[in-house]
Amino acid sequence: MVTSVTNFSRSGLSDWIAQRVSAVVLLAYSLFIFISLLTGPELSYAAWSELFSHTAVRLFSLLAIFALCVHAWIGMWTIATDYLTASHLGASATAIRFGFLIGCALLVVIYLLWGIQIFWGS
Amino acid sequence: MLVSIYRYNPETDLKPVMVDIEVDVPADRDLMVLDVLNLAKEKDTTIAYRRSCREGVCGSDGMNINGTNGLACITPLSSVVNPGKKLVLRPLPGLPVVRDLVVDMSIFYKQFEKVKPFLINEEPAPGIERLQSPEDRAKLDGLYECILCACCTTSCPSFWWNPDKFIGPAGLLQAYRFLADSRDTAASERLAGLEDPFSVFRCRGIMNCVAVCPKGLNPTRAIGHIRSMLIEQSV
Ligand code: SF4
Ligand code: SF4
Ligand code: FES
Repeated sequence: MVTSVTNFSRSGLSDWIAQRVSAVVLLAYSLFIFISLLTGPELSYAAWSELFSHTAVRLFSLLAIFALCVHAWIGMWTIATDYLTASHLGASATAIRFGFLIGCALLVVIYLLWGIQIFWGS
Repeated sequence: MLVSIYRYNPETDLKPVMVDIEVDVPADRDLMVLDVLNLAKEKDTTIAYRRSCREGVCGSDGMNINGTNGLACITPLSSVVNPGKKLVLRPLPGLPVVRDLVVDMSIFYKQFEKVKPFLINEEPAPGIERLQSPEDRAKLDGLYECILCACCTTSCPSFWWNPDKFIGPAGLLQAYRFLADSRDTAASERLAGLEDPFSVFRCRGIMNCVAVCPKGLNPTRAIGHIRSMLIEQSV
């Protein structure tokens, strides 16, 4: 058993499932946006905000933002623990990896808050 | 023909070098790579490598042959080098070199040890032996044949990046060999030791392991089975 404090859920299994579930949500959301663009009325501010005035669409968007954040964090964490390690970077690896992960975490949180504000702010 | 061999003695050399040796190989028949290496050793007796059975059973002569891991003793020359080209021999990648083609396998064995590669059964042993139906026995085919040559694990990028944390294809194949054994009663403890983010889940399905296994085994499939067992156990 290898433990780590920085990964998403402390469990490789939950991380693995979260990565796959979030991928499905993102795919569904991308398809939804793509199809609404193709089939909806000509793109205008009015048409676009009409689409996002439905509660269901806003909930779906919120879910997609959550999925994106989860997906990005697990992915970046995996990349960092594969490539930002002592065998690649030597003694300073842990510090570099921590800095990188803090940067990623900040971006993810900002993106999450920003997204919530766009969809649910007044 | 020219044989290019990785030479390195960490105690005296600053860095490894590739040394070319001209070897006379018979034109009328195919040799195994190990035979060519033996011929090269006749020219330069200081070349170090491991070998024992010379028939793909002991697993000691795993090495990187023209870029692909394999057992030198059962790899025909014609399958790795085109006529007139060089044979290039390097140690298995990702492990510390002890001397020339000899690598330090400690961390490979340590990962093997982690999966408790032995039968665990707390029930009192019956008088003669623990019986197993032919169907249950068949589930171990494709798993028990592993000779621990490390060709698979040292071809796996996930193992290169985290050799101390990712168990690697050889160890995971053996982990599944005991998970799949009807006589073993420790499945849930075994699974509990594997569900962290590294031991199993660093496998990215690259399938280098399957491509190189000289015994034709499929660690990727075994890893998939372990993953399914982990999922089943958690729902
Ligand atoms: S399938 Fe998994 S274990 Fe095999 S080489 Fe790829 S990452 Fe490694
Ligand atoms: S699975 Fe194949 S390549 Fe890997 S150690 Fe066993 S025999 Fe060697
Ligand atoms: S010498 Fe035994 S496997 Fe090659």
